[in-house]
Amino acid sequence: MEFYNEMYEGDKVREPYARLRNWVDTMPDDFRQMKQAEAEELFRRIGITFAVYGEGGDPDRLIPFDMMPRVFEQNEWRKLERGIKQRARALNAFLRDVYGRGEIVRAGRIPARLVYQNEAYEKAVAGVVPPRGVYSHIIGIDLVRTGKDEFFVLEDNCRTPSGVSYMLENREIMMRMFPQLFRGNRIEPVDQYPELLRRTLESVAPAKCESRPNCVILTPGHFNSAYYEHSFLANLMGVELVEGQDLFVDGEFVYMRTTQGPKRVDVIYRRLDDPYLDPLCFRPDSMLGVPGLMDIYRSGGVSICSAPGAGVADDKAIYTFVPEMVRFYLGEEPLLKNVDTWTLWKEDDYKYVMENLPDLVVKEVHGSGGYGMLVGPKSTKAEIEEFRKKIEADPSNYIAQPTLALSTTPTFVDEGIAPRHVDLRPYCLCGDRIELVPGGLTRVALREGSLVVNSSQGGGVKDTWVLSE
Amino acid sequence: MLSRTASNLFWMGRHLERAETAARLIDVGQRITLLPNTDEGYQSEWKSLLRASGTIEAFTTKYGDVTQENIEEYLFFDRENPSSVVVCFEKARESGRIVRTALTGQVWDALNVAYQELRKIEKTPRNKLDMAGLTDFTTRHASTVRGAINATQLRNDGWHFMNLGYGLERADATARLLDVKYFVLLPRIEFVGSGLDSYQWQVILRALSAHRAFHWAYGGDVTAGRVADFLILNGESPRSLITSLYEAVWHLEGLARRYGDAVPTAARDEARQVLETLQNRDIDTIFDEGLHEFLTWFITSIGSVAALVHQDYLQGSA
Repeated sequence: MEFYNEMYEGDKVREPYARLRNWVDTMPDDFRQMKQAEAEELFRRIGITFAVYGEGGDPDRLIPFDMMPRVFEQNEWRKLERGIKQRARALNAFLRDVYGRGEIVRAGRIPARLVYQNEAYEKAVAGVVPPRGVYSHIIGIDLVRTGKDEFFVLEDNCRTPSGVSYMLENREIMMRMFPQLFRGNRIEPVDQYPELLRRTLESVAPAKCESRPNCVILTPGHFNSAYYEHSFLANLMGVELVEGQDLFVDGEFVYMRTTQGPKRVDVIYRRLDDPYLDPLCFRPDSMLGVPGLMDIYRSGGVSICSAPGAGVADDKAIYTFVPEMVRFYLGEEPLLKNVDTWTLWKEDDYKYVMENLPDLVVKEVHGSGGYGMLVGPKSTKAEIEEFRKKIEADPSNYIAQPTLALSTTPTFVDEGIAPRHVDLRPYCLCGDRIELVPGGLTRVALREGSLVVNSSQGGGVKDTWVLSE
Repeated sequence: MLSRTASNLFWMGRHLERAETAARLIDVGQRITLLPNTDEGYQSEWKSLLRASGTIEAFTTKYGDVTQENIEEYLFFDRENPSSVVVCFEKARESGRIVRTALTGQVWDALNVAYQELRKIEKTPRNKLDMAGLTDFTTRHASTVRGAINATQLRNDGWHFMNLGYGLERADATARLLDVKYFVLLPRIEFVGSGLDSYQWQVILRALSAHRAFHWAYGGDVTAGRVADFLILNGESPRSLITSLYEAVWHLEGLARRYGDAVPTAARDEARQVLETLQNRDIDTIFDEGLHEFLTWFITSIGSVAALVHQDYLQGSA
């Protein structure tokens, strides 16, 4: 399979990478190793760790950081940006619709079963329209590139996409270690992200809020793997990081417990999944949430970002219909392509997939983090047969996609510099406006030939540059 | 400030101080065993230490024998002992991690480094470690964290809560260390005023890193009356009951000023009253009343101040 190398056009170095090429060529080996060690030390000291509990080993694991940035030209980025914003508008229109009249289902464009029997569909919020009609406020859209102008959306994350702290810290560390690179390149900044996020949260304050909205981040607590990110964002936005036990409901509103007594909370950016939000409404055994929160939410006393139920727009079964949503709600042609997807509950698709398993990637509809998937071309016969049995047992739990020729970017590895596969997750913010910062999180598969970039599967991260004109 | 944040800062301070206390206990015990042996050997002294720290039952259930190794293991490493050095550092670091947003980088760094090194020590074979090294480790790291706090933290409510934790814990710890004397002496009253008696008082001074300070302040002989005066009523002595309590009151006043009338001040009022009682005593009346009885009263009072801090600030509901 041929892979698109983002640095080269034939033998020629592409314009955006020209300076980097120089930088790498003149960099002595020992300098690189010294800098790599310095970067790790910085990450460790700042405490940017990915806590993995219950798997043994170091509970404070570092995600490998690659110093070689990934670069986009301005015009490449503008195209992506338009496509992402379009997709974000369509996803929110879809959510507004399926918790309202359900036009898209009535029109026969999406099977009712996929929507209303979806695990993530929350009957509890049907008919509730959150401020400005926004359900998903932070959308992480995973993209891969297969050619110069070929981008595909792999996945939409409409609930609580993580990783934005890496986007910001990677940049911070690159700037600290290689200031000369930034003097020589016109790299668009990303550090306005926390400000934009705060603005977005404030813009969706409930109507009952009369003063400047009090926004908080709700975390499941310090044992959560993304806790660093939660505290990092709270810090940069200057808002409180709260746990469920810090909040309580009284009358029409939600309050937080402070040393000076109760203080009203208007907007909650929750990093807690729906089932844990309110034990009175969802899982009664959960201690993480706030009893009675959902009542206040439904009556407009507090905004929850992203809104409960937003997850119905982002699972792998609904994914196949996003281009349809763009056409249906916006009357536009989708700017970003979906990957061809076979849905195994359809007879024809099932047949095709079962006959071509070794060439395909098969994923669980609700799987995440690179678990529960089969990468056909990278698997042994035995692995394929084992997976075949799983599919036979429950076909509707799976989708399949062709193996994409993921682009590569140059990456520092033990032997020097080598191409490795990457993806990209930009973070789109939806409030009174739809915005995103020029950049995102580039994840890189550090193992040679690997197409799986998830951090839980040995992936690393790198800084993502958008060059200005 | 979130009540939970305040609570974590308060307990961070308490646990850091408590780690130091555990190290000091080890130090006291270590020195007591260097005494010329009495009939029963040194066992009763160790027991008195455990009794003073309120953990004798837990210890005997788990270890049975009072040996030097068991004591070290228990006071320094044991994860089932809520007051062991390892547990206290771990809890302090965990509190710090939870309230990262309220700590300066330097404070977090100091806490984190202490914790990482402690993990290394834990993995070292015990026979490669010596007692003095362990207590040094503890006081050194505790000082680094405290130094970072004083040098870099904003003087805001968070700072008051941290130092309130330190102050109350220290008051409690000094009182308990003094009480060790009571348990040591109780079965052997005939030693009062003897050379052994004076040695034991000196040990307590050393454990508080205060023997030199004591000589500066009083000169000459180490007597029960002077040591008790130094550790209870001397406002220049950094760990004395009166100094610790005075600092706690100072931080409570700071909070009351900051928060104004809308927030209750029961903790401050109580602490003020205990301080006043202390200021009106002299060492002779305390001895007349009974040192142990006095210390018991004091420890109980500190407990109720801490409970009122919780009520005033750390619950956060109307």
